[in-house]
Amino acid sequence: MALSDEDVLEGVKQILHEAAGVPVARVRLEKTFAADLEVDSLSMYEVAMMTQERFGVDMPDEDMKSLRTVADLVAYIQRSGVSA
Amino acid sequence: MVRCGRTGGRPERFAVAVSSGGGGLGGILRQNEVLRREGWKRVSPMTIPMYMANGSASWVSLEFGAAAELHAPASACASGAEALALGLEMVRSGRAEVVVAGGAEAMIHPIVLAGFAAMRALSRRNDDPAGASRPFDADRDGFVLGEGAAVMVLESAAHAAGRGARVYAELAGAGRSADMYHIANPEPSGAGAARAMRRALADAELTADQIGHVNAHATGTPMGDTAELAAVRSALAPAVDGLLVTAVKSMTGHLLGAGGALEALVTTLSLYHGTVPPTRNVDKPDEVGGIEVVRDGCRPLTGRAAGAISNSFAFGGTTCLLSFAAETTHLL
Repeated sequence: MALSDEDVLEGVKQILHEAAGVPVARVRLEKTFAADLEVDSLSMYEVAMMTQERFGVDMPDEDMKSLRTVADLVAYIQRSGVSA
Repeated sequence: MVRCGRTGGRPERFAVAVSSGGGGLGGILRQNEVLRREGWKRVSPMTIPMYMANGSASWVSLEFGAAAELHAPASACASGAEALALGLEMVRSGRAEVVVAGGAEAMIHPIVLAGFAAMRALSRRNDDPAGASRPFDADRDGFVLGEGAAVMVLESAAHAAGRGARVYAELAGAGRSADMYHIANPEPSGAGAARAMRRALADAELTADQIGHVNAHATGTPMGDTAELAAVRSALAPAVDGLLVTAVKSMTGHLLGAGGALEALVTTLSLYHGTVPPTRNVDKPDEVGGIEVVRDGCRPLTGRAAGAISNSFAFGGTTCLLSFAAETTHLL
């Protein structure tokens, strides 16, 4: 069964918290990783690794660099067709 | 080498500063395998002495009889330069007459490569090893890990004259700063590096127009090399016309905590021989803003080139620059 956007967002919140110390309450769809959430490049690589572990989504560096906002990441995970 | 302890010299006037950025990493990882496989009673009693970052410095002190001071400043990739700066300060202040100073590093190990790879710091030009380390080339994509050691004898001019030593150059000053930007990335404008460069000049009582050569830290990462050239322009402008810049790591790879010492040694010999070695693999020079990166062959140091600077920067933000003066200009 496919995950809902809400389910994916919940997972992304936990990943951002664990990888970059971002408070869960600050993570909203429209937030940008760099400017709003202050997630630096090294932490974004960590986010990519944890996304792979949690959702089974392989994310090449070029794709990761194209993701600006939390919504972009949620959409990327959904596009890859993960299921629970 | 001055064998104070063996020749009736004065060990209490002889110091050591030999750095390692990472300590004896390979040894402790091997002992960790022993621990997991055979239990704690089989772990070598040399585990800690082999691991501690001042181990190399300690062996130099024991072997050559240095009793004044014993240091191993550990600041990642600036460690070797910091050891030389500390040596300079010991000689200047009179705490030691002779200092054996430099760096030693052996970090080629899968965990280290994996760690740097996870940071995207390494070149991925795996199909072209000789072309992988390409500082200042537009197509550079990260550094190549190396290992090794470089050590110099620092001493006061009077001590060198007294023993009839061949003087290669004067270590004239040091300049340090904290980059205060990121745990691993350089501040893009090179402000911290430029601050240290101005301090290195002032400490040596040299002016920008006396610097004919900069031995760059340049590891071959896209961000680092660009920030370094910005710093050179900022600190030495308008005297960058005719400045010769070279990047030793194009030939040696990145020796981490020994890199600053090896590059200081190359800078010293560049002044002594009046020749700057080229940078390999600069096929398409990156935008360098009027600064000449030596490539294709050695270049003679001419005219104003009495002074040279060797740059060292480190993850963490440590910046340590050393300024050198050609021996003939200061001792005459």
